[in-house]
Amino acid sequence: MLREYIPVLMIFAMSLGAGAIMVIGSAIFSNYRPTTVKKEAYESGMPPVGDARERFAVKYYIVAMLFLLFDVEVVFLFTWGAVFRRLGLFGYVAIMIFIVLLIAGLLYEWRKGALEWD
Amino acid sequence: MDISQLVFYTFAGLAVASSVLMITRRNPVYSVMYLVLTLFSVAAIFVLLEAHFLAALQVVVYAGAILVLFLFVIMLLNLGHEFDPDIRGKFWWVVGFGLGLVLFAELFVLARSVPEAPESDLLARLLADQGAVGMVAEPLFENYVIAVEVTGVLLLVAMVGSVVIAKRKV
Amino acid sequence: MGPLSTTAFIISAVAKVLVIFVGWLIVVAGVTLAERKIAAWIQDRSGPNRVGPWGIFQPIADGIKNFAKEEHIPGGASRWLFFLAPIISMFPAFVVIAVIPVAAPLPTPWGLVEVIVADLPIGFLFVMALASLGVYGLTLGGWASNSKYSFLGGVRASAQMISYEVALGLSLVPIFMLAGNVTLPEIVRQQQDALWYVLPLMVGFLFFSVSYFAETNRGPFDMPEAESELVYGFHTEYSAMRMAMFYLAEYANMVTASALMATFFFGGWDIPFWAGDNIGVAADGSIIGATPAWWVTLLTFASFAAKTAFFILVFIWVRWTIPRFRYDQVMALGWKVLIPLLVVYIAVLGGAMLALEAAGIEFGVRYALSLAGINLVLLLLIMFWLDRSRIVLGGAWRQARPQQARSRG
Repeated sequence: MLREYIPVLMIFAMSLGAGAIMVIGSAIFSNYRPTTVKKEAYESGMPPVGDARERFAVKYYIVAMLFLLFDVEVVFLFTWGAVFRRLGLFGYVAIMIFIVLLIAGLLYEWRKGALEWD
Repeated sequence: MDISQLVFYTFAGLAVASSVLMITRRNPVYSVMYLVLTLFSVAAIFVLLEAHFLAALQVVVYAGAILVLFLFVIMLLNLGHEFDPDIRGKFWWVVGFGLGLVLFAELFVLARSVPEAPESDLLARLLADQGAVGMVAEPLFENYVIAVEVTGVLLLVAMVGSVVIAKRKV
Repeated sequence: MGPLSTTAFIISAVAKVLVIFVGWLIVVAGVTLAERKIAAWIQDRSGPNRVGPWGIFQPIADGIKNFAKEEHIPGGASRWLFFLAPIISMFPAFVVIAVIPVAAPLPTPWGLVEVIVADLPIGFLFVMALASLGVYGLTLGGWASNSKYSFLGGVRASAQMISYEVALGLSLVPIFMLAGNVTLPEIVRQQQDALWYVLPLMVGFLFFSVSYFAETNRGPFDMPEAESELVYGFHTEYSAMRMAMFYLAEYANMVTASALMATFFFGGWDIPFWAGDNIGVAADGSIIGATPAWWVTLLTFASFAAKTAFFILVFIWVRWTIPRFRYDQVMALGWKVLIPLLVVYIAVLGGAMLALEAAGIEFGVRYALSLAGINLVLLLLIMFWLDRSRIVLGGAWRQARPQQARSRG
């Protein structure tokens, strides 16, 4: 069945090629005349203050962490869902225990205010 | 040369090259991007081994989730600048070199002890019979169900841990 | 007719990749025009009407303009990532089409050709995997610009996308449960045999479409842009073709989302109430069901295109009708509504399917209809709960209140 991946490789190459052509073509056809003011980052017309890459709120980190954990959960649910009809009740009970553990975690985060955007 | 061999060497070369680039870049954001490329190439090698499901998970979980977290942490702590390399002084060079030698020794031993190859059509038969996901899922939920539940507990612990670390005050 | 020989396979693969990829690009270009036209009609304007009749050559004019525009790179930007971000953003959006079946198998003198770029054994997960790579283009675009608006836009966009990716993954689980572990063409065939999955998985469809709306970063979830707050979001500093590439990625994602909705829930290329298109292919290449013919392929393609076009229309319609949510509302909807509800839904659906199997109902139309009934009840319950007696019982509630006040007074 590996030959099914040949067109995938082709379409990978074509997408990357189309992207590269657009970026390079745009670079060729545009005439870029930079000035000091033009090179400044846009900050509503004011001279930019400081660096943009500052530390930012920790809640984004919590979201990324939660996403990672739930992504793993989704992967387990995928694997289970694929054989759900064959496994029957046994698999159902097994995955329910798994889900309850994860939901307990989500409720904990909820109560602790990790899901609030204040 | 077989076409699958050609594809293998392409992706293996890509994986090695991008992992070398990953550890030599000074800017962590570039390192993360090279790591994404490495994991993507490794996923392609998994496909060549007929491990379709594993390849997909490699991209979904590693390239799509873990490295997003890395990128967030790098940006969160404002590490996206060029730093001096971590390896400074002769002592650390020696340590790094020694660890590299140990790794190569392990690889050498592993390469010598080739495991018994399964029947040649086993994977193809399983794929036709149970599908790419089913051939992993059935043993997982029949023989290793305890491991699945333990993974659930592990994820719960990680969730609580991340809140405790990030939300000290609450 | 047996399976294709290797040479025939390669030739057909090249043909399919070329035709579908180029056709895809034309569709994406057309959708940019469609959006402007429909937006104009919704706002009672004419929209683009200068380039060609009804402005149909507007996308070409846009393309030429974008190539010729001055390209700007902010001084403090990371040049390579700044160049790379639009390509990374376009790549997953353009590749997902590879696993979507667009028509019934086409008979050729060399064998039966499936009209799909690549019939992967992990079709579902291919979609998931590429959707999860979409985050990088936005985050890096925002970070590389080294502008505050871009950075905030990029971070917000990526946090939103990863949140809804979980919901998107969870809303695919019901399809997995019902269909078993199969490829996308097999999903279409199962829906031909039973019912379109929108009926037995109504709630799943609702959640799938909501999370895909958020995943494509389009209105009402267009947080990363949010002109009124963040100027232009993660592509504030982008100009010329590189900016247009982010838009192309957005429109390509939208078309993919529409095609996936049609495939997963509305039978893909299936023509309802007609058995002539129920063509199946066994593992050895022999045909099950109706006889394939070139005109059947064309008709089924038309059916697929019509369904996809309908969902594209819905995407545009929703964007120009519903106002943008606040960011905290978006995140709350993802984490506090969609994910818990989806998990509960999966549990209930699993229980219902086990009960149906225990009752001895075979997988088929009756099975699907019973599930549809359960789903309808769940859908009403969810709607009722989400409504919190604002719209459904709104009138009654407003009438009841003064009475209460009077009786108390």
